[in-house]
Amino acid sequence: MNAPETLAVIICAGLVTYATRLGGVWLVRRVRLGPRATAALEAVPGATLAAIIAPGVIAGPAEAAAAALTFALARRVPAVAAIAAGLITVVVLRRWLG
Amino acid sequence: MTVDVRKSAPQGTKRRGRGEVLHGMVDILPLTLGTLPFALLLGSVGVGAGLSPAEVALMSAVVFAGSSQFVAVGLWGTGAGGVVIVASVMLVNLRHLLLGAALAPYVHAYPMRRLAPALFLLTDEVWALAMRRGRGQALTLAYWFGLGSTMYLGWLAGTVAGCQIGARLGDTRAWGLDFAITAVFVCLLAGFWHGRRAALPWLASAGVAVAVYRLGAGGTWHILAGGLVGAAVGALQAGGAAPANGDSPR
Repeated sequence: MNAPETLAVIICAGLVTYATRLGGVWLVRRVRLGPRATAALEAVPGATLAAIIAPGVIAGPAEAAAAALTFALARRVPAVAAIAAGLITVVVLRRWLG
Repeated sequence: MTVDVRKSAPQGTKRRGRGEVLHGMVDILPLTLGTLPFALLLGSVGVGAGLSPAEVALMSAVVFAGSSQFVAVGLWGTGAGGVVIVASVMLVNLRHLLLGAALAPYVHAYPMRRLAPALFLLTDEVWALAMRRGRGQALTLAYWFGLGSTMYLGWLAGTVAGCQIGARLGDTRAWGLDFAITAVFVCLLAGFWHGRRAALPWLASAGVAVAVYRLGAGGTWHILAGGLVGAAVGALQAGGAAPANGDSPR
């Protein structure tokens, strides 16, 4: 991607993000979201994250093991510690598994 | 259809304004420090993905939404197209709609033209503290600005510093940093966990994403496909439990 295109993508990403920030308050002042629409919206961020990481997680045994460990730790220790453990695991396992 | 909005802001706002800003700044300082490692990491992986420090800083300045910025940077590293990057950023940030919807009753006194600039500073952390404030006393825009501006400056400074670190690291794979984005997302995902019901849209999304990824020969449309399927599964889950008048607006 060349520099002007990169710039345009960053600006557009900023604009759509601002729209999501305005949207919630704006929407509530006009329409009431039903439980079904709310549930769909609630599911989107997690589902998007799952879709993003899925190919990377199953890329190899080192990545899969590190991801599983990070997930298990993330609900018990601060995120920074869980991420550090994941990184160390992936580096060690990659070296160990070849 | 217009909604009746009271014209008066909470009383005494002007005189207490400066104190309110300061209260907001102090309240959010610990959370701002907590996001610093992520800002540093974002800066270093951003430079690793081939963006210039100025571009990474600009992204923090105009997007100012951590998880979606990690998404964007990760996609940049894979050579994804601009449309996919912007669409993915929007999908990850759709949760702002829910935050805004929950916030709305506490800022009812302010007209939209005053709220619009303030809402640029909406993040998970700012929202959480604003909601806490709103339950106990009047939530003023001054307090909101104190929260948001501190978070904004901290995030921007952390990202810029992270770019400098990233430029000195060299081969990011040797440090496992190519896995860092996945690790950050795994943590974010764990944060969205609220019982097994949450996992069903994720599994559906992940399954569809892997299938599309394999069929599409490494494209990035698997993210949109997964996100949409996940939303559909979420809606179906609610459909089973909700009353019949479920999705009619108003």
